[in-house]
Amino acid sequence: MKKEDLPQEPGPLSRLTRELCYVKNEEGKYETALSNGWDVKKDALDSAWVGVNERIEEARQAVFNGEKSPIYYFMELRLMDVGVLSGYTGYFSIFTKRHLKPSVFKNLSERKLAKYASAFDITVSELKNFKG
Amino acid sequence: MNIDTPTDAFRHIQTAHCENGVTTALLRHQGLEFMTEPLAFGMGSGLFYIQIPFLTINNGPAISFRTMPGAIFKRTCKSLGVEVTRKKFSNAAAAEAFLDYKVKEGVPVGCQVGVFHLTYFPKEYRFHFNAHNLIVYGQDEDRYLISDPVMEDVTTLTRPELTRVRFAQGPLAPKGHIYYPEKVKPITDEMIRKGIVSGIRRNVRDMLRIPGNFAGVNGIRHTSGNIRKWRDKLGLKKASLYLGQIVRMQEEIGTGGGGFRFLYGAFLEEAAAYMQDDRIANISEDFTKAGDMWRASAIKMAGVYKGRLTEQKDFNEIADMLLDIRLVEKEAFQKLSGLNLGK
Repeated sequence: MKKEDLPQEPGPLSRLTRELCYVKNEEGKYETALSNGWDVKKDALDSAWVGVNERIEEARQAVFNGEKSPIYYFMELRLMDVGVLSGYTGYFSIFTKRHLKPSVFKNLSERKLAKYASAFDITVSELKNFKG
Repeated sequence: MNIDTPTDAFRHIQTAHCENGVTTALLRHQGLEFMTEPLAFGMGSGLFYIQIPFLTINNGPAISFRTMPGAIFKRTCKSLGVEVTRKKFSNAAAAEAFLDYKVKEGVPVGCQVGVFHLTYFPKEYRFHFNAHNLIVYGQDEDRYLISDPVMEDVTTLTRPELTRVRFAQGPLAPKGHIYYPEKVKPITDEMIRKGIVSGIRRNVRDMLRIPGNFAGVNGIRHTSGNIRKWRDKLGLKKASLYLGQIVRMQEEIGTGGGGFRFLYGAFLEEAAAYMQDDRIANISEDFTKAGDMWRASAIKMAGVYKGRLTEQKDFNEIADMLLDIRLVEKEAFQKLSGLNLGK
């Protein structure tokens, strides 16, 4: 990539910093230059977020319909999957999967609910009372 | 901030990639003034390609354009005979205590962190990615002084903020991972040349001779084959998201553009000067070309996730572009291999 071709198209990252890129200067040698961003990757990030938001909305609907427990919704809201979530709670994936069922969820102990709430950065009552 | 504290001798260096940056800045702090990001990347055999089978990350394909996290620091230090200390912790209190001890000693240290809870990152970038690296180089009252190599400027984090990202969970969980060069002996140009040669030879091996069909240059063909099937198998919507994920792994902050290929080209240019070997400089051009081709493929992929390109033939064209890239990279590494460096 030539230095003059380095895109300067601001994206979400440019609020924080410009990023360092390796480009060719006029003499055909490598040097570094700062970029404000590139629409091609900004659009990739945007499309990833469209996907994330769709998953969150589907999860909300599933909780509303009584198919999934609130843990499922907050897991999606926090961009987690079962593996990441069980990392934060310390419960094995197989138990985490059970906790996604509304029937199992309603009998969870306060202690377990507190673990989940803290993993999601919410209060126990927000978790318990989420209806979708 | 008091600018007379001894830790202010630490100089922040902005780099394309976080681990290269930590390696470069910490080694320079130890007096190895010659260290640059491309040199650290190349000695550490940083260039790679892999699509890990059966694994999805953030609901997309698990693709990486670089070697595994931690390897660049480890290999670069080793080839320069630099002793390294690294520690992981089972509990946060011990991790904090050890960090405080090093900060008090005035030793800048590298820390592996997760970005999901990294407060200074823009929200859009905060996925559960646990292989980010930053340097803690001091303390100012209750805030740690942070040099994040991908940023133009230094920043700070509170103790709870830092501990939280050091104990992020999920794949590649950092477990408080802290690392720094311990002892540095005088380094001769001959040692640098040796490090360059072993870095190149290891990279040739990783890209050309790694077993299996999903890593190295053959990994690019593997992904190309997948892309041909994605539209039918996953549907257009999911297939678009998958392509978006490739572009992000390839072009997002930390890559220097073109999936690290420009960075490797810059390394070979430096290597040519150290080795006084113009043949290496010529091969550098091949990686520039590969990087440009990766970027061209990203533009095409963007057409799909922007909804402009929807046909199977568009997916086929993208897949073909990847096959062309594979040939360029394969040939470039074969040329590097054929130089018989160090023999």
